[in-house]
Amino acid sequence: MSVMTYREALNVALREEMRRDPRVFVMGEEVGLYDGAYKVTQGLLKEFGDKRIIDTPICESGFTGVGVGAAMLGLRPVIEMMTFNFSILALDQIVNSAAKICYMSGGQYNIPLVVRGPGGPAAQLAAQHSQSMETYFYHVPGLKVVRPSTPADAKGLLKSAIRDDNPVIFIEAETLYAVKGEVPDDPDFLIPLGQAVIRREGTDITVVAYMGMLYRAIEVAEELAKEGISVEIVDPRTLRPMDADTIIGSVRKTHRAVVLEAGAGFAGMGSEIAAQITEKAFDDLDAPVERVTGENAPMPYAKNLELLKTPSKAKIAAAIRRVCNR
Amino acid sequence: MAQTKTAPPSTRLDAELARRLLTQMALIRRFEEKAAEMYALGKIGGFLHLYIGQEAVAVGATSACRADDYAVSSYREHGHCLAKGSDPRRIMAELFGRMGGLSKGKGGSMHLFDKSVNFLGGHGIVGAHLPLAAGAGFAIKYQGGDQVVLCYFGDGAVPEGEFHESMNLAALWKLPVIFICENNRYAMGTAIHRALAQTEIWRFAETYGMPGEAVDGMDVLAVRDTVGRAVERARREKTPALVEARTYRFRGHSMRDPAGSVYRTKEEVEREKLRDPITLFSDRCLKEGVLTEADLKNVEKAVNDLADEAVAFAEASPEPPPDELFTDVYKA
Repeated sequence: MSVMTYREALNVALREEMRRDPRVFVMGEEVGLYDGAYKVTQGLLKEFGDKRIIDTPICESGFTGVGVGAAMLGLRPVIEMMTFNFSILALDQIVNSAAKICYMSGGQYNIPLVVRGPGGPAAQLAAQHSQSMETYFYHVPGLKVVRPSTPADAKGLLKSAIRDDNPVIFIEAETLYAVKGEVPDDPDFLIPLGQAVIRREGTDITVVAYMGMLYRAIEVAEELAKEGISVEIVDPRTLRPMDADTIIGSVRKTHRAVVLEAGAGFAGMGSEIAAQITEKAFDDLDAPVERVTGENAPMPYAKNLELLKTPSKAKIAAAIRRVCNR
Repeated sequence: MAQTKTAPPSTRLDAELARRLLTQMALIRRFEEKAAEMYALGKIGGFLHLYIGQEAVAVGATSACRADDYAVSSYREHGHCLAKGSDPRRIMAELFGRMGGLSKGKGGSMHLFDKSVNFLGGHGIVGAHLPLAAGAGFAIKYQGGDQVVLCYFGDGAVPEGEFHESMNLAALWKLPVIFICENNRYAMGTAIHRALAQTEIWRFAETYGMPGEAVDGMDVLAVRDTVGRAVERARREKTPALVEARTYRFRGHSMRDPAGSVYRTKEEVEREKLRDPITLFSDRCLKEGVLTEADLKNVEKAVNDLADEAVAFAEASPEPPPDELFTDVYKA
């Protein structure tokens, strides 16, 4: 075990996989000479050279499509989105090319592609640079979608994503890059895609949360413990495929659930998880499932409004108390 | 950097080559006519975009390549897939939505893929496969190979951003990709002068510092020569090129626009049909004494048989079983 930041864990994962497999390369805006806009690729150009660490012009659709084409010929591209907000420019390549070529070709071609980069609410970056982008991807059959919340998960899940034979959308969190944690040193440390984890054991209520919301939920759980509410927290880690069994298993134990989501709530991931719980564990529930989500507005710049946009600890705590009849 | 116009054809036409080119063009023509018949009978559904009139482009370009070179195309790709050497029976079965199809019936007319002949697919979103072609070129270079990629698209893809992004990346990174624009003058129903500020499409090559040429897309030998030069250069120097093949589709955009008569005149269509690439080439072969009338008859008979066999194969092929709905969503 080593203690490192989330950012360093991603960097180590990339290095290890590039050392292990010469077919892996990294391509994106400022990944090489600039050492990465968020320094995730720091030092990679020096170690692997410009054949495998490729700076691109600003053309997200173009270079994402290059990744898809290269994957068709057997390479394993890691495409960096400087931020996932820019991935909308590549949405057609991801949704219509990467996700569907395996199916449309009857399995003749598969696309082992990772598209990674930061996403989610950030600090005063306003409407176009501060949003939860997973929504655009997890609806699509053929894609896998990962949102790693801790440094160890960042490493183990990125390595699994690179080794996966399918297109994987891997959305990191700008606000978590500096978070530190213990990370296994084993170069074959992998966390399988599609495996949730129970972050905190509890008996009274299940809270489902990932990324920034997870950390907020942990703080709320500690506070509510003083009131005698025992909160269990499940982190899905992979949104597609989703490990519904772990979520449902927890709800069967606690009989109550609150689902957190940083992004706007309408038709969001919280809706899907709440629906799954209701369909599969209705008889186990002692109260209706509640969602606490981002407000249905674009992200404002003004600090006071920004605070109102994303679920606060107070709102989360209030929902938990309501569902627990406290 | 950019060159204008074509040099005179340099290909020496012998009987073997003439027979091969003619057979491939005639096979595509007959296959497409059969497909139209099958569509009318309700055996083929959805969108069906025929390649009739443009046969010289796919056949001439493919004849300038090696078997291990790659090709990728849009949704009007039956001709490119056939020229690449794919089995017409499996293509027809794909159009029928049957298990014997190239993709087990899951792709259909617009999404033919054949890994066995390095055909990287038919892609349905205009312009979207151009970055894929650049990616294939990138992979060839990364792997140290000397293959090239032929990337076919219509004039309708030129205003798309991905055309420009891909041309820029291929030139910037020196990728072995031949961009072949089949200019049939209409993006669906929009005439080229209503879509492009620069209608001389080959001139876009200048912008990106790569060789560009226009060629008569109704002349299979001219296409073969022009693409051949680009292929040799790409193989040797890893340089991309843009070839504008000036052609014409004799049918409408798709079977939902059978005559294509709303946006073009009957006179124009009839005039263009006088330059039918198959007739032009047959006449030339006869005139130069390379092929005989009997040879032409044999070619016709051979392709008729192949098209009939394709239909029979497709008819006999079973529908995909229900579990195929879920296979290939992900690679296990």
